[in-house]
Amino acid sequence: MRYEAPDTIKAAVGLLSKAKGTSRILAGGTDLLVQMRSGMIEPDLVVDIKSIPGMREIVAEKGGYRIGAAVSGAELEEHGKVGKMWPGVVEATNLIGSTQIQGRATMVGNLCNASPAADSVPAMIAAGATARVVGPKRTRDVPVEDIAKAPGKTSLAKGEFVASIFLPKAPARTGSAYLRFIPRTEMDIAVVGAGIALTVNAKGVITAAKVSLGAVAARALVVDACAKAIIGSSLDDEALDRLAAAASAAAKPISDKRGTVDFRIKVAGVLARRAAVIAYDRARG
Amino acid sequence: MSAVHVSTNINGDDVEFVCRPDESLLDVLRDRLGMTGSKEGCGTGDCGACSVELDGRLVCSCLVMGAEVGGHKIETIEGMAQGDKLHPLQQKFLEHAALQCGICTPGFLVAARNLLERNNDPTETEVRYWLAGNLCRCTGYDKIVRAVLDTAKDMRKSAAKSSAKKPAAKKKAAPKKTAKKGARHAA
Repeated sequence: MRYEAPDTIKAAVGLLSKAKGTSRILAGGTDLLVQMRSGMIEPDLVVDIKSIPGMREIVAEKGGYRIGAAVSGAELEEHGKVGKMWPGVVEATNLIGSTQIQGRATMVGNLCNASPAADSVPAMIAAGATARVVGPKRTRDVPVEDIAKAPGKTSLAKGEFVASIFLPKAPARTGSAYLRFIPRTEMDIAVVGAGIALTVNAKGVITAAKVSLGAVAARALVVDACAKAIIGSSLDDEALDRLAAAASAAAKPISDKRGTVDFRIKVAGVLARRAAVIAYDRARG
Repeated sequence: MSAVHVSTNINGDDVEFVCRPDESLLDVLRDRLGMTGSKEGCGTGDCGACSVELDGRLVCSCLVMGAEVGGHKIETIEGMAQGDKLHPLQQKFLEHAALQCGICTPGFLVAARNLLERNNDPTETEVRYWLAGNLCRCTGYDKIVRAVLDTAKDMRKSAAKSSAKKPAAKKKAAPKKTAKKGARHAA
């Protein structure tokens, strides 16, 4: 195995493009080192991107924020302003692991590890986040929902990696939330996760919404039917019932040691409903 | 597998080492540098026994590559006591019998110090959440939590005393290490 720490994106892309065998990006390493240790992967090349300028920075851009691929959960939380604009995203990211894990783990790593249960992913999707993909041919901005394809698989081509996440400016009166179910209070993997962002008008009527569910399919789902169920409403009980039904209908989970198909389908509806209530209250300030 | 040469700083001392690129920082500390205070419990970031500070940030050294720490600052359990003088947390762990087999203790001490440097008045809930990534199979945690809260109480007392004595403490006159920690308090 080779370890390289290039100081430009171009050099990193060059290394990844030319590499034979298995290559991995190192940012926080909280998934990579576990996978190496367990023998799941034996990379021939590890490219540490933390020496590249911008990777550890959060910068204001077009009223929103660009978050470098190596920004840790703790750094994201301490920034404050990102969490004020998109509380759902920051809360979801901060749910991942312990204090020690938060000191290293990144949103981009969570995304590119492509676990269906990744906590930050439904929250980013709901917020309309895009991933900046750099590579040998061009740089492209991709909706976060289009990065993961299946467990452990991404849509990134050889030589490409995600350099940053862009969270757009939240429209006025926008609220966001992410909730997950785990069998205990901390340090576990989502059985179901629900991320939501919604915008209301001055009268409290929902004018826009995006809902994403995690851990109920091979990758995080965007559920348009959930958004439709609440747009135009003031999140009354009927709208919440429609939302929950749409979330449960969209869930296509598997049974495993964390939960059964039936349980996950039910909980998808429950969490979508609860997250919507939180987001709605936040939107109304 | 080509070896990597790394220059870093551990507990205030400049350190150089050579390691294989797939070695963790924990492997380097224990097997190359003979610093066996940091323990390997799980090797997968679940137990916290290998906790160290990397640039002031609490991390699991088993999830950090040795090759990536060049130019960074590492604080381990070995830097906690000053000669024969135990760190207040170490003293309180003894007084409260907050350890039994001792394997988890270095990790708990490093993690608790990191918390108290940020917040010297944590609630019990804050202590429990902060230390949720440190597993102890002997004590049941209560004594550990009490020892941390008791240390915080003493720290606040002595902070109040020293600020009453010398209101304008000169940061420049303080030794390097203290100055750095002082800066972290302020941040």
